[in-house]
Amino acid sequence: MLAGWNWRGAVIPLGLALAWETASRTGALDPRFMPPLETVAATAWRELRHGDLVTDLTISLARDFAGFLGGTLLGILLGTLLGVSRWAEHLVMPSFNGLRQIAILAWIPLISLWFGFGDEAKIAFILMSAFTPVVLNTFEGVRSASAQLVEVGHVLRFTRLQFITRLYLPQAMPSVLTGVHLALIYAWVAAIGAEYFMTVGPGIGGLIIAGRERFEMDLVLLGMILLGLVGFLINRLARSLETWVLRWSPERSAR
Amino acid sequence: MRRLGLLFVGLLLPAFLLGLWQVASARAWLPPQILPAPGEVWASFKDMWASGDLQGHIAISLLRVIEGFAVGAVLGLALGVAMGLSPVVDDYTRPLFTAVAQIPSLGWIPFLMMIFGIGETLKIVVIAKAAFVPMTLNTAAGIRGIPRGYAEVADALRFTRWQRLRLLVLPGAIAPIFTGIRYGLTHAWLALVAVELLASSEGLGYLLVYGRQMFWLDTVIMAMIVIGLIGFVLDKGLERLEIRMQRWRVVA
Repeated sequence: MLAGWNWRGAVIPLGLALAWETASRTGALDPRFMPPLETVAATAWRELRHGDLVTDLTISLARDFAGFLGGTLLGILLGTLLGVSRWAEHLVMPSFNGLRQIAILAWIPLISLWFGFGDEAKIAFILMSAFTPVVLNTFEGVRSASAQLVEVGHVLRFTRLQFITRLYLPQAMPSVLTGVHLALIYAWVAAIGAEYFMTVGPGIGGLIIAGRERFEMDLVLLGMILLGLVGFLINRLARSLETWVLRWSPERSAR
Repeated sequence: MRRLGLLFVGLLLPAFLLGLWQVASARAWLPPQILPAPGEVWASFKDMWASGDLQGHIAISLLRVIEGFAVGAVLGLALGVAMGLSPVVDDYTRPLFTAVAQIPSLGWIPFLMMIFGIGETLKIVVIAKAAFVPMTLNTAAGIRGIPRGYAEVADALRFTRWQRLRLLVLPGAIAPIFTGIRYGLTHAWLALVAVELLASSEGLGYLLVYGRQMFWLDTVIMAMIVIGLIGFVLDKGLERLEIRMQRWRVVA
């Protein structure tokens, strides 16, 4: 374990931290811009003990999850429909692709006009962000189902539902999961973005914005670190989930 | 003929939605503050185009993307080449790079706002960061992916460092580098919208915020459509270029 430790990778971050620390202590850098690292740590501890850090984090994650779940379920539905039926594809895909060109954040003003600034609006936005990658990847997966297996399905006189549940979806599973993985990442970024622009109610994004407005760099840094950390954990979780769900799949080892 | 038919089918849904939208606003099912008539959106587009305001916002946004993207792409290419060629550089820089990349551009914006203020520098830095990450990753991975045999040929031919770079590394990694450019530009465009929404007094993102504050939904929707169109053109343009540039490649 220690033999594989990449000590070189620690050099630059440690050097930067050291430079930062000296600069803010000697006053070479305005500590308002670059507070000493122990101030950031102290802020983290204070917020954790007495502040609303845990509430903020829980609420952000709860919204994130609600939007993610809704977007994923709807995405699998639409993606499967588009994959199974050529008609649905020709009818809906061009519109879907057209709407998808609009940068996701550009929807926020419209969503906030329609749904206000509360949880509904935020969840609606997160849902949209999670929806797109799931639709695309489910569609790809279903569409690439093996023609031979489809023939087998016909021979076995599968019903439409059986085709979908026994044939298309299991075959599309690796691709669907890629979409779900992306959706998890997008949803987390969207959860933060939604809080930036709809600054009502608690949340990590709101914490960062509040820190900026009050010019508390330690709060901003803390929020950023948390944001990255949660993103990292979500990514890890998604990856192990993927491996676990796909443990039956022969493609597993190749992935 | 078949293509035309498919195009027609693809247009059915938008046509239906547009019709529904028109009827809904004509019959005032929804107040115009919630959903302005399609004609209003078109009128707002014509107005802003005629006055030159829209072109002004578009020009500013495009300039920012180009500047930020250029900075990010050049730095990303340099770091990517260094990481791809030298495992030592990779060892030193990878963990910090991963940490920087792990925090999405949106997370960097408030921090960078406090350091750079809300001027032009902020926009360039945010956009550059967005382009930098995919550019570095794809370049480094591309160079790693060059078959070992090629490097051995280069050794046998006693290539100089420069020849190696020009004749082996860059051509060998051109496809992933181009993928990096495409992702980089897409991310740069998204970052532009983000930063203009948060801190700007001009540009397309600002137009969205302004329309929102004034409750001019026609302006908001118009700006969204323009943002979508430009994003589409940027992506498709690069896709075309990618195909054209790779014509010489022999598909194995």
